[in-house]
Amino acid sequence: MKSLAQLEQLKKEMREVLKIRDGVASGPWNYHVMVCGGAGCISSNCRDIVTALKAELAAKGLEKEVKVVLTGCMGPCDMGPVMIVYPEGTFYRRVKPKDAATIVEEHLANGTPVRRLLYRAPGSTEPIPKYSDIDFFKKQHKVVLRNMLYIDPLLIEDYISRDGYGALGKALTQMKPEEVIATVKAAGLRGRGGAGFPSGMKWEFTAKATGSPKYVVCNADEGDPGAFMDRSVLEGDPHSIIEGMTICGYAIGAERGYVYIRAEYPLAIERLEAAIARAREFGFLGQDIFGTGFNFDIEIRIGAGAFVCGEETALLTSIEGRRGEPRPRPPFPANAGLFGKPTVINNVETWANIAPIILNGSEWFASIGTEKSKGTKVFALAGRVNNTGLVEVPMGTTVREIVFDIGGGIPRKKAFKAVQTGGPSGGCIPAEHLDVPVDYDSLGQLGAIMGSGGMIVMDEDTCMVDIAKFFLDFVVDESCGKCSPCRIGTKRALETLERIANGNGKEGDIELLLELCSTIKQTALCGLGQTAPNPVLSTIRYFRHEYEDHIKEHKCQASVCEFKAAEE
Amino acid sequence: MAMITLTIDKQKVAVKEGTTILEAAKQLGINIPTLCYLKEINVIGACRICMVEVQGARTFVAACVAPVAEGMVVRTNTAAVVKARKLVLELILSDHPMECLTCVRNQNCELQRLAEAFGLTEIRFQGATTDYPVDDSSPAIVRDPRKCVLCRRCVSVCAEVQTVRAITAQERGFKTLIAPAFNQGLSEVACVNCGQCALVCPTGAIHEKDDIDKVWAALADPKKHVVVQTAPAVRVTVGEALGMAPGSIVTGKMVAGLRHLGFDKVFDTDFTADLTILEEGNELLQRVNGGGTLPMITSCSPGWIKFIEHFYPDLLPHLSTCKSPQQMFGALAKTYYAQKAGVDPADVFCVSIMPCTAKKFECERPEMNSSGYQDVDVVLTSRELARMFKRVGINLAALPVEEYDAPLGISTGAGEIFGATGGVMEAALRTVYEVVTGKTLDNLDFEMVRGLDGVKEATVPVGDLNVKVAVANGLGNARKLMDAIKAGTADYHFIEIMCCPGGCIGGGGSPIPTNTEIRNKRIAATYVEDKNMPLRKSHENPAVQALYAEFLEKPLGHKSHELLHTKYTPRGQYPEQ
Ligand SMILES: Cc1cc2nc3c(=O)[nH]c(=O)nc-3n(C[C@H](O)[C@H](O)[C@H](O)COP(=O)(O)O)c2cc1C
Repeated sequence: MKSLAQLEQLKKEMREVLKIRDGVASGPWNYHVMVCGGAGCISSNCRDIVTALKAELAAKGLEKEVKVVLTGCMGPCDMGPVMIVYPEGTFYRRVKPKDAATIVEEHLANGTPVRRLLYRAPGSTEPIPKYSDIDFFKKQHKVVLRNMLYIDPLLIEDYISRDGYGALGKALTQMKPEEVIATVKAAGLRGRGGAGFPSGMKWEFTAKATGSPKYVVCNADEGDPGAFMDRSVLEGDPHSIIEGMTICGYAIGAERGYVYIRAEYPLAIERLEAAIARAREFGFLGQDIFGTGFNFDIEIRIGAGAFVCGEETALLTSIEGRRGEPRPRPPFPANAGLFGKPTVINNVETWANIAPIILNGSEWFASIGTEKSKGTKVFALAGRVNNTGLVEVPMGTTVREIVFDIGGGIPRKKAFKAVQTGGPSGGCIPAEHLDVPVDYDSLGQLGAIMGSGGMIVMDEDTCMVDIAKFFLDFVVDESCGKCSPCRIGTKRALETLERIANGNGKEGDIELLLELCSTIKQTALCGLGQTAPNPVLSTIRYFRHEYEDHIKEHKCQASVCEFKAAEE
Repeated sequence: MAMITLTIDKQKVAVKEGTTILEAAKQLGINIPTLCYLKEINVIGACRICMVEVQGARTFVAACVAPVAEGMVVRTNTAAVVKARKLVLELILSDHPMECLTCVRNQNCELQRLAEAFGLTEIRFQGATTDYPVDDSSPAIVRDPRKCVLCRRCVSVCAEVQTVRAITAQERGFKTLIAPAFNQGLSEVACVNCGQCALVCPTGAIHEKDDIDKVWAALADPKKHVVVQTAPAVRVTVGEALGMAPGSIVTGKMVAGLRHLGFDKVFDTDFTADLTILEEGNELLQRVNGGGTLPMITSCSPGWIKFIEHFYPDLLPHLSTCKSPQQMFGALAKTYYAQKAGVDPADVFCVSIMPCTAKKFECERPEMNSSGYQDVDVVLTSRELARMFKRVGINLAALPVEEYDAPLGISTGAGEIFGATGGVMEAALRTVYEVVTGKTLDNLDFEMVRGLDGVKEATVPVGDLNVKVAVANGLGNARKLMDAIKAGTADYHFIEIMCCPGGCIGGGGSPIPTNTEIRNKRIAATYVEDKNMPLRKSHENPAVQALYAEFLEKPLGHKSHELLHTKYTPRGQYPEQ
């Protein structure tokens, strides 16, 4: 790609071809059938559906009129496998390969949607044919997941049709590096990897830091159990990451980027690798990008799946080829990052926000969200909720809206008890705070954290001592073992919880846990240890009576814990 | 460099940019407690004992790694931070075997001192404990992971100072273990037995293998004729392990103490150090004149020998073929001396007192039996000798000064300086100069090869030849010279390498603590000893002259080759099992 004009030309052509996906029936195609290729749907065999559809279409001689596309994750995972049929946007759920014949026969050949595969709201029998009329989709605001319902992740042309690489072209040909940084700063974008640090400031520190070369790193380690936001973006829209990182490279004066992905994400690795290769062919990576003399390229580094390797300094140490252990900060990566050089490290979701910010401007972005938390946030909604899956909402959306409007509420008429945000090192939000706006600061005040976007809904059948034990067990396993409070302290806290949960708790255990946990928070070396006690502290904060029941009366309200005979 | 002003415990202090809070506090006389920290070697903030409060910081801050910032306000002794430190220490102790009374580091343990300082009377956390088995596969070093506090000092010194990387963190979380890769035994990997790990260990988790009982048994055996040799460095270090100040010289008192322990003869490795100079000096001249492999490299230091065998096996031809002074001594004790004293060599039991753990490995090398027996039977470190003295109530300070026995106890100042980095080189230069030129040296002090600099170089005119020499101490520095040889940029004639930083006075068998300040004091004492000697050149040693006249005939002669020279074993970095 040698000029912006050339890109614009290609985009125009591709838009014309693909406008059916915007609901405009035209051109050679009657239908585009978008089959969700997210992780959940893939594990429920959506690929067989694609094969079956293609076979049926071929049998009917419709291959030239109906295009079948495997997309990234569409979001409503528990309804999977799901698909959308354009131009009208018909949404099918729980599709089986054997449904392919009916879909082709009734819908794609004869224009009548298959009624039994349509969505119905919980408790209703009336089908809602269009995805855009379904609450789950209607209440979302997609910036990061902007392309998920529309593109074939393997086709760079699909990405270009939806403004792809336009932001890179704009930045390189029309903006100075300082202007790029100023735009990201003014947008108010904060890091989506957990800590919420203002990204523009990070870029500015790195741009100003002495030392070269400088590096751009994408944190795609995504170690939180149950989280798949980053994975979905990488699998469904890999070019958005490449574009964001390349823009940053230009802004801070770096020529090399690394994406650190866990080995457990083979499809993400494969798609990103393919996308990088394509981007090189198109000249979005490599030498003299957009004819501006700017060079940038990206390499993938594969992590072995240690949770702590998502912590930025451990991640950089791991890329350097050493045991992935955190190092003290300061120095921060902006000054001494990868190989001791100034480095910007951002999360996948953070990177996915960059191109829209550059294209649409900082005011547009800052108009979404709350005063101190701008833009949207992607959550992996899981647990005791009707619509589990991937959702993106403006910052400031309340927990109630996410759980009840988008999530469709709690199944089997059970009572909502709490939601755990921020993954294993997050905290829980009880029913009395259902109306808290989800943003960095409000969650922090409640003793929870935004984290990377895990959101686990718990109903009345959940024991909070058990939950604390579950999360702590995870961090005990994942502690790197470098600093004593995390290595020994989390283990001792877990042992205490185990005693409480099996009926051997003692008077004073709660106080000891509080002292231990607050000391670990205060003294641990990295974010893992500093946040590891959160589940314990927040469950004690909101559900202390459950701990007391376990200790004093050997009672587990939710009937989860099994009490063993007291040990002497 | 810019100066930074900050406030620590309400006092203002100005320090250089980049200083840590810990070091800045020290300038005010405030000693923040530490455990993992080891200045310049291990600055990683792992133990979290040195926590302090910094105004505006989200959490407490580890003083050992936190750089100062302008206007920073630090409190080192608030109730909250002291309580936090105490709890961290309590956690560490909750996974510690508490075997203080039976521990090799009893009363010289940093963890014990901290526990005492914090007044910990109760451990409130009971639970799982680390129970990896003891690794005593090595003849020199024992690892006891149960006592390990995972401070990583040993890992840092092994990797960064010695560049050996024999041990590192394995597993993670509560299961973390410091060990060779795949938790192999130390004897199965490229460990050089230098013992620097033991020297820096704050607890008893890694220590010398204790061979005292073998010596007590020999001393108690009426059939055995037990002779002892003491390495040059021991006389300027062992006093520290008995409560004396660093740099104390205890030569004559140590001799008296050894006699008191019951050794039949008290001899001196300095004697064979002098002998080494004659053999090695002549070997150098032979190589220079005869087109042999240059640069020639010294071979006194067994840790260094194992290092080159593992990491630079292709450079082995550069090594002098001379055995180390300890092994020359052993070979002569069971031949020349036994003959002279009329003792059956089978009954001679040869003990070495060394500042060194690697010597324990060296004496067991299969090559080291040219007398027909294992030349040196047992090696004790300086620390073990101190323990023997303590066990029988020997108070060195109160003992008279006694002389070594003749003939293997007669030596010169040149032999004595073998204990410090640069000493072998200096001793060699003193002799080579006079032997080659036939002139007397005016100034015996070759200052340019002395001191703690990692790599030292000098060019010394010897007759027509400008002899180019280099000296390295510590294996990281040795590596630099080896890489230079490989790159073809080391145009030296002669290189001295000592495995341990500072040379043998910083050996892995030395009293604990050993640090830069203490090393310097020991080095200074070494040169005082040198100055005190009536003779200071190896070739003037009358006992060595007599040895050649009566027994060896001439340097590099047939008998020398049989008894005093050796071969090396290429081992590779990942030794085959
Ligand atoms: C234990 C631990 C695990 C983490 N894991 C991740 C992760 O998987 N992905 C991620 O993006 N950030 C993770 N982080 C946060 C990173 O340290 C860092 O803040 C982030 O990569 C910065 O990017 P951002 O500013 O775009 O959020 C983790 C932090 C901690 C303490």
